[in-house]
Amino acid sequence: MSREPILRLEGVSKTFGGLKALTDVSFSLDEGEVVGLIGPNGAGKTTLVNVVTGNLRRSSGRVLFESEDVGTQKPYEAARRGLARTFQIVQPFPAMTVLENVTAGALFGGGADSLADARDKARESLEFVGLAGFADRPAANLALAARKRLELAKSLAMNPKVLMLDEVNAGLNSSEIDGALNLIRQIADRGVTVLIIEHLMKVVLSLSKRLLVLHHGQLIADGPSAEIVADERVVEAYLGQKFAARLKEMHHG
Amino acid sequence: MKPLAQYAAIIVGLVLLGTTPLYADNYILRTAATVAMYGALATSWNFIGGFTGYPSFSTAAFFGLGAYVGTICQRNGIPMGVAWTIATVSVAAFAALLGGIILRLRGHYFAIGSIAIVELCRLIVSSWSDLTGGGDGLNVPLIHASPDAVTRLFLFVMLGILAASLVVTIIVDRSRLGFGLRCIHQNEDAAAMVGINTTAYKIAAYTLSAVFCATVGAAYASWTGYIDPTDSFQIVMTVKVAVMAILGGAGTVVGPALGAAAFVLLEEVFWANFIDWNRAILGVVIVLLIFFLPGGLLSLRARLRRASGGAA
Amino acid sequence: MAIYLQTIANGLMLGALYACLAVGFSLVWGVLNVINMLHGSFIILGGYLTYFAWHYYGIHPIVMLPVVALLMFALGFVLQRGAINRVVSAPVLTTLTLTFGLDMILYNLMTYWFTATPRRITLDLGAANLGPVVLPVDRLLGTGLALLLTFLLYAVMRGSNIGRAIVAVRMDRTAAELMGIRTDRIYAITFGIGTLMAGAAGVVFALVFPITTNVSGTWLGKAFVVCVVGGLGSVPGALVGGLVLGLVESFAGFWFGPQNAITAGFVLMLVLLLTRPTGLMGVKGYE
Repeated sequence: MSREPILRLEGVSKTFGGLKALTDVSFSLDEGEVVGLIGPNGAGKTTLVNVVTGNLRRSSGRVLFESEDVGTQKPYEAARRGLARTFQIVQPFPAMTVLENVTAGALFGGGADSLADARDKARESLEFVGLAGFADRPAANLALAARKRLELAKSLAMNPKVLMLDEVNAGLNSSEIDGALNLIRQIADRGVTVLIIEHLMKVVLSLSKRLLVLHHGQLIADGPSAEIVADERVVEAYLGQKFAARLKEMHHG
Repeated sequence: MKPLAQYAAIIVGLVLLGTTPLYADNYILRTAATVAMYGALATSWNFIGGFTGYPSFSTAAFFGLGAYVGTICQRNGIPMGVAWTIATVSVAAFAALLGGIILRLRGHYFAIGSIAIVELCRLIVSSWSDLTGGGDGLNVPLIHASPDAVTRLFLFVMLGILAASLVVTIIVDRSRLGFGLRCIHQNEDAAAMVGINTTAYKIAAYTLSAVFCATVGAAYASWTGYIDPTDSFQIVMTVKVAVMAILGGAGTVVGPALGAAAFVLLEEVFWANFIDWNRAILGVVIVLLIFFLPGGLLSLRARLRRASGGAA
Repeated sequence: MAIYLQTIANGLMLGALYACLAVGFSLVWGVLNVINMLHGSFIILGGYLTYFAWHYYGIHPIVMLPVVALLMFALGFVLQRGAINRVVSAPVLTTLTLTFGLDMILYNLMTYWFTATPRRITLDLGAANLGPVVLPVDRLLGTGLALLLTFLLYAVMRGSNIGRAIVAVRMDRTAAELMGIRTDRIYAITFGIGTLMAGAAGVVFALVFPITTNVSGTWLGKAFVVCVVGGLGSVPGALVGGLVLGLVESFAGFWFGPQNAITAGFVLMLVLLLTRPTGLMGVKGYE
């Protein structure tokens, strides 16, 4: 374990006025890992992502990306470094075509040499997520599942090293979720480090071997998914017994 | 509009205006120069208002400051062309600094802030009488030539500025900058998330929107030979320029200049025939524009095409 | 010492007038999310109606106040219903440009009908002395009326069903619609009230300042400043904003000369825009 983790948080806290959204959160992600971040609503999951990508400035602690302290970076700097994310509520450029949306990612975040180069990369990215047929449609016309894929394509075109997926599956039906899971697996196979923020257990467990659990802004557990699921403390504090039983069943089954 | 059609439209327009001295009288020449002048102002506004979608109403501030800097330079013996250059560069620097501050505002607050800049410039220029002559205004050294020759000179000057602003527009439109500005227009937060340095891009757009206004202001002062705060910093002008750009098609390459031409010609007709009702008629034009042609004149082509396509 | 008291008194009197001038503008901005460029001309129109009623028919301005208010409400209601409502959810560039166009029409009509000659109502009420402070009675009357009108609007907003409906629409348009409030009607009423308040402010201003179309832009500028200083869409906000602006102008005029008083107001506004875009009162407005 001599290699440095690609992303490391050391004692990160974030307060809004008097409210503590994150308290002393520390963890690290190794390159190529797929990690799930779970926790009830309001636990601070999205705040955590926002702090990592510079949408919010941490109140204290250090955020290290490839051993560099990036705690004061701006969102666009995070994007250029290779820290990409998707939003819970998708954020397209509505009046632009699907291709233009992804081209923006390749051009500005992905460091493409020219517009033409960016367009080529964007096409690849669209091909990969299965949206090639929609390239010339306005982004605003896409259905929700396709818009989520567009977000993924945009993030991928940015050549991310770490991809943070904030509830990418929210609002999708189960076949759409299966499609999205396949896609995420393929992204991980490319060597991209993935942090999945989810409330659907099925999704997290099928993708990640390691789980982080956030509760009231504190990281209450960090370890192999199987252990976390079995950890009485986590289960009691966060999941509730009934849900825990179901999880165990799923895991053994 | 296809690139080739853009070039053609621009060249035809410039040639139409530039050949007026061959056959027309002084009045037509002045009108042509006015068209070119407002064309340059509207094309400038387009960088921030059209591409970036920030409702900027600072045009008159840049125009007026350009006029004052140019005039003060000329009164201190600096040759006209150099004075214009100084005006252009200093106002651009001012806009870049100002942009760094007021572009943090969005929407209505940005609109109000940018209007306030015009008022503030007017008030400061009015009260700084040692330098600016205060409310009495300043005379600009006159050019010693026949009235026709002077008009011809300023027609070509204004055309030159218009051409320069259009060339820069084409370059921006094709570049990362233009693409990034369009992204900011659509969704500023998402633009930052794909790696666009939104602050720098917005400042660039705001500065571009000031550069040519300053040159136009300085040249206009030399042309008229006299400036005062009320005429140099007009809220009416600042809104008018935005209206021209919308009239032609905000965010397009040739739309703003086209809108300026249409607006100036309409205005000339009204001035000539209904001098008492000039302002009201322009008001009516604005109201009709907003209700019936919000996409501007260029959107008419698309509409016509759709209409004929639907019939076929 | 006396001179400072006088400056404070002048500032407060001016401030009350500014509050009354801006409160309708603030309401319209806060509820409809429209920057109403017509506001300055509405004030002038109210002033002209008052002046001509006084000049030709000898009607006292205070008697004219309810008449002007009613007429202006009707004008505002119709304008919103017929024109502004068509673009009410468009971006600021569109709404601002439209109201500016409408303002050009109204402005032109007024200069044509009334000419640009400044008109003045002179009631010759003398001056009152409060210790060393001199208070011209017409100005005092104007101040009193301005405060009364502002308070009346506050009472209406707080105490009436219409007022509560307006506040509900301001807070959350969708929720208000779900509760059965007809937002387009509320918008028209709100714009009517905004216009009414502008007209009423015009009546009050006619007692204190000369009336001419040339100053409509100046009054509009004051409305901007008051809104930014006090925050949007709330009556107490406008009151605070007005009083602060009045005091700032009064003291700036005293220290730096009257020509710099207005400049100080705008500087204050820009500084606040950049440091506290929600206004001194901290009421979160719309973008």
